[in-house]
Amino acid sequence: MMRILSGDSPKSPVLAVLLALILLALAFAPFLFPGSRSLETAARICIFIVLVASYDLLLGYGGIVSFAHTMFFGMGAYGVAIATARMGTGYPALAVGALAGMVAAGLVALLIALLSLRVRAIFFAMITLAIASAVAVLVSQLSAITGGEDGMNIRIPRELTPAFRLGEVMGTGINGKILNYYLVFFCCLALFLLMLRIVNSPFGRVLQAIRENAFRAEAIGYRVVLYRALATCLSAMIAALAGSLFAIWLRYVGPATTLGMEIMMDILLIVVIGGMGTMYGAVVGTAIFVLAQNYLKTLMGGMSEATSALPLIPDLLSPDRWLLWLGILFILSVYFFPTGIVGRLRGTR
Amino acid sequence: MPQPSLVTQDLTVRFGGHVAVDRVSCAFTPGELTAIVGPNGAGKTTYFNLISGQIRATSGRVTLMGRDISGLSPSARTEAGLGRAFQLTNLFPRLTVLENVRLVIQARERRGFNLWTMAMGHRDLIEEAEAVLDRVRLTALRDQNVSALSHGDQRKLEVAAMIALKPRVFMFDEPTAGMSVEEAPVILDLIAGIKADPAATVLLVEHKMDVIRSLADRIIVLHNGALVADGKPAEVMASAVVQEAYLGKELTDV
Repeated sequence: MMRILSGDSPKSPVLAVLLALILLALAFAPFLFPGSRSLETAARICIFIVLVASYDLLLGYGGIVSFAHTMFFGMGAYGVAIATARMGTGYPALAVGALAGMVAAGLVALLIALLSLRVRAIFFAMITLAIASAVAVLVSQLSAITGGEDGMNIRIPRELTPAFRLGEVMGTGINGKILNYYLVFFCCLALFLLMLRIVNSPFGRVLQAIRENAFRAEAIGYRVVLYRALATCLSAMIAALAGSLFAIWLRYVGPATTLGMEIMMDILLIVVIGGMGTMYGAVVGTAIFVLAQNYLKTLMGGMSEATSALPLIPDLLSPDRWLLWLGILFILSVYFFPTGIVGRLRGTR
Repeated sequence: MPQPSLVTQDLTVRFGGHVAVDRVSCAFTPGELTAIVGPNGAGKTTYFNLISGQIRATSGRVTLMGRDISGLSPSARTEAGLGRAFQLTNLFPRLTVLENVRLVIQARERRGFNLWTMAMGHRDLIEEAEAVLDRVRLTALRDQNVSALSHGDQRKLEVAAMIALKPRVFMFDEPTAGMSVEEAPVILDLIAGIKADPAATVLLVEHKMDVIRSLADRIIVLHNGALVADGKPAEVMASAVVQEAYLGKELTDV
């Protein structure tokens, strides 16, 4: 067990239980929570765990602030979409698209890193912001290749679509959508474990050392620029793979679903809420965040009706105000858990 | 006479119009501990920074083991065999004592780009780090975060990191600065232990004359960035010019 987790134990009983619950819920999501909306939520959680964890690798371990993470995410997604459009529907197209997206993301990340990481950290942040905005504009303009603002629908192999039926297990009809979910689930699990391995490797320790004191790391013989560049590339490539999975799952890619600044903000928020530099923070943070995003409105609607007899409270709990409450939840969580949920759980052990 | 391990040749750095280090040429040999003295602002730390690469020289050369290292980054110079301890404690504050030493050994062994194995699986690195901590008597604090350590223990850890690095040339910049009278001898004993190795070249910036007297084989004096005296401790200390003009009354008092 510890080998699978790369020796990185949760170090808190509460966190261990929480992680086990999330893992079990995601592993059996199609059977525990039937219905397309809950499956949609579960898949989104899986993919965002990987996306956020890859950002944590950069920010929490490497101490590098980047605003281009959604760009790499988008590269993976558009890779699959463009490859399918050119090569025709099929698994080769999916594989080629994912691979091409990953390689492109790695190369662009390397270029940005070598151009700007030598200088100050803030410069890197600004460069990533500029390039990400430029790419977003480019994608919406080059409609011949990318579908522009409308995005692209992706025709994936039939075995991964709801039209493909296999039979029934425990009262749940097994169709291609569920196969597709498990493709996403297992790929995300593998990618997460891979990142857990990387952060606990000698390389991961160097990243933490650089985050703590780059001057010192350089003085004891680590080539800081190379380590930071490699971390940037790895993070970008994993984000691209997450993007490919997202495209395969949604069977659609567009600027808003992958490249938008809102998603970048979500990633930043989740990393901070979950706990930077912990990896597990990405799991807990994403689960809570995506659930809140998808179900807070419903929950508030129910509460508003339940309290309809009382004055004022039903108005406050009206589903229309869900964003307000989400905002309040974030402020409270950052205020009470400055080191994130995982940092808090480990600290109060 | 053994070959010099470290040579600086006309080493110079200018900051605008100010010449901080002015054509310093000096050779350091293994088995020798050289104390670098001079008043505040004489350029001692800047000279160190030029050698270890934190600052690039305006002109002049630094040669380590016969190799010109003037154009190398600090990390490449460390790889080439230079070890630098800093005047202001410079460690990884939120990492443990053991990890601070382990990282140094990991750098020396060049295992940093290993992505697939577990850091804690490299038992040999951990065992060596533990042995170094034992030598500097910090074993009891091995799992503490460095930020929780006393100033004296942090300085000890900095020396431990130098021991772990096993460089050819050791550079200490006021290793006992800010330490209590009881703590300082421990550091000096450790430096004496390093000096006992005939292959080690040691450079020491120090103000305390009793320290210099007990450890140094040679003293060089910097003033306004220039090398003004170089010789055996007794000779340099006896030199009237050095005493009055550059070291103040400190020397005669001791």
